[in-house]
Amino acid sequence: MFKNLMSWIEYRLPFMEKMNLHVMQYPAPKNFNFWYFFGSLAMLVLVNQILTGIWLTMNYEPSAEGAFASVEYIMRDVDYGWLLRYMHSTGASAFFVVVYLHMLRGMMYGSYQKPRELLWIFGMLIFLVLMAEAFMGYLLPWGQMSFWGAQVIISIFGVIPGIGDDLTLWIRGDYVISGATLNRFFALHVIALPLVLVILVFLHIMALHEVGSNNPDGIDIKKDNDGTVELTEADKKFTFHQYFTRGGKKVIVDAIPFHPYYTVKDLVGVAGFLLVFAWVIFFLPEGGGYFLEPPNFEAANPLKTPAHIAPVWYFTPFYAILRAVPDQLFGAVFMFLAILALALLPWIDRGSVRSIRYRSGLHTANLINFCVSFVALGVLGVLPAEGIYTLLAQIFSFTYFGFFVLLWFYSKNEKTKPLPVRLT
Amino acid sequence: MMKNLFSVMALVASSWAMAAGPAVPLDKAPIDLTDKASLQNGAKLFQNYCLGCHQMQYQRYSRTFRDLGIPEDVGMENLMFTGEKVGDHITNNMSAKDGEKWFGATPPDLTNVARVRGPDWLYTYLRSFYADPARPFGVNNDVFPMVGMPHVLQELQGLPYKAYETRLVDGESKQVYVGIKTDGSGELSAEEYDRAVADLVNYLEYVGEPTKLESRELGVKVMVFLLIFFVLAYLLKKEYWRDVH
Repeated sequence: MFKNLMSWIEYRLPFMEKMNLHVMQYPAPKNFNFWYFFGSLAMLVLVNQILTGIWLTMNYEPSAEGAFASVEYIMRDVDYGWLLRYMHSTGASAFFVVVYLHMLRGMMYGSYQKPRELLWIFGMLIFLVLMAEAFMGYLLPWGQMSFWGAQVIISIFGVIPGIGDDLTLWIRGDYVISGATLNRFFALHVIALPLVLVILVFLHIMALHEVGSNNPDGIDIKKDNDGTVELTEADKKFTFHQYFTRGGKKVIVDAIPFHPYYTVKDLVGVAGFLLVFAWVIFFLPEGGGYFLEPPNFEAANPLKTPAHIAPVWYFTPFYAILRAVPDQLFGAVFMFLAILALALLPWIDRGSVRSIRYRSGLHTANLINFCVSFVALGVLGVLPAEGIYTLLAQIFSFTYFGFFVLLWFYSKNEKTKPLPVRLT
Repeated sequence: MMKNLFSVMALVASSWAMAAGPAVPLDKAPIDLTDKASLQNGAKLFQNYCLGCHQMQYQRYSRTFRDLGIPEDVGMENLMFTGEKVGDHITNNMSAKDGEKWFGATPPDLTNVARVRGPDWLYTYLRSFYADPARPFGVNNDVFPMVGMPHVLQELQGLPYKAYETRLVDGESKQVYVGIKTDGSGELSAEEYDRAVADLVNYLEYVGEPTKLESRELGVKVMVFLLIFFVLAYLLKKEYWRDVH
């Protein structure tokens, strides 16, 4: 009976066929390490944000008069409202933690290189939408930092020559940040951007499964079936979907089916992540003043500017670049370039060896330079832009862009190590 | 190269910590959210000395009573003065406009003040008033200079003043600031006053996040569950991956 029903459905919607293709018979390289947890963790956090977001919306009031009070209502009067709110606010920061680490993984193992350029572009689009999503969400509690942080960030658009003023007016829907701004940000935050985000994540995964997962060695696991590939016992153990073998034209080596091997492995990653996540939620929900900034516990007051306005930590590397440039317009241009440069990595990196394991020492040093610059800019973006901090921000902005410039030059004729034939 | 970078980072971090601090070093507030007697005394002090001007517009009486273990009839009898209902928010009838007219700025809502300022700031602030005839209410404050607020706890502390002593410094006798003392006209001794302020700040800390104790309690259970889950997930992974290795 059940079997008949299943085949009835399968004939009309090949569900099991698609599950086999993308999950049970998807060939994943067997050597994924710690860095490969962050993709599935980003999915987990996305689900967490959507679910807690839905429940928060049930009691949140998107108006300048009621927003702050409704958040306090959620925190005090709604059963487990505090937990939902902390899961959502901590989730926002967690999202950026896992996404930044996920991106770093891609940079370490050259996961953006051919043929994964489009996959990387989808990832960068996800990152952009995520930034917009987080920025708009941060206005919703209508606290002092919500208000003044949005004020600062929207004013960045005002430096665009000619259309700047009209553009900021168009974004705010008012001459100042007001209930009109709050309402449109609410609409974009709860439906428009999450929809785009989910679609982009879908495309990201579809693009991934088309070209196949990269791995820490950065070599292909799909080889041409020209009779020279020697299969080990382990290679013969698993069946993969014929889509990936291109009807016998390819052989797959050193791979394991995504399910159950990586589903159970990712479960360990999920447990480890949740331990840290829950610890923050229950014991330091303010994240030391970085996840929830103290001034944001005070309702927005357009007449009272806080002594020091700092965006939330995940924007600070780019904010530091913005402030490091003395000219406002060029500051905004460089901030934009800082993100664009990342998106163009597949074309800036002209090397053919993917993984840091087999690239030159210069490349390793350059990647460390990138990480140090990024973190340093992040720290400087929190600090007031004065004295030595401005100089440091300029130096680290220079080294940040230096990473891309250097990479473009040395990657063409880089002295790399010999690649292994099989995964190590 | 790396070494230099790290020392720069350390420099940045340390100067940042200094930059964030207020003008006066803050005393550590002895916060203990499990001390019901202290919280109850804090609530009493708030109702009697603060509520006239400052509201707690997001906190309900019933919540305070429940969390502090105050029976509703006792609470209504002793802590509610103007005929509110027990489910009402802790508010007063002073308009924001009047507040601004009388004090130069509307007295802020205090529901979240402990989360905005931090308990140490509050604890030090309330113990840092001193006589200053140049100010409208005759007092100034070291933590919040030129604050518009009068010293409402003066009846408890007495009139505080900045005390100086003549001391021999490098062979010269100089006036040295030794701290804030009071004229002894208050109902409480210096130690009792510190204790009372600690109770009040303890209560403000509680109101800032009434779910804190509940959160920690639940948090421990969740962490224990997740630890077990982690071990089981790891064992499951190991079992499956025997095929691969």
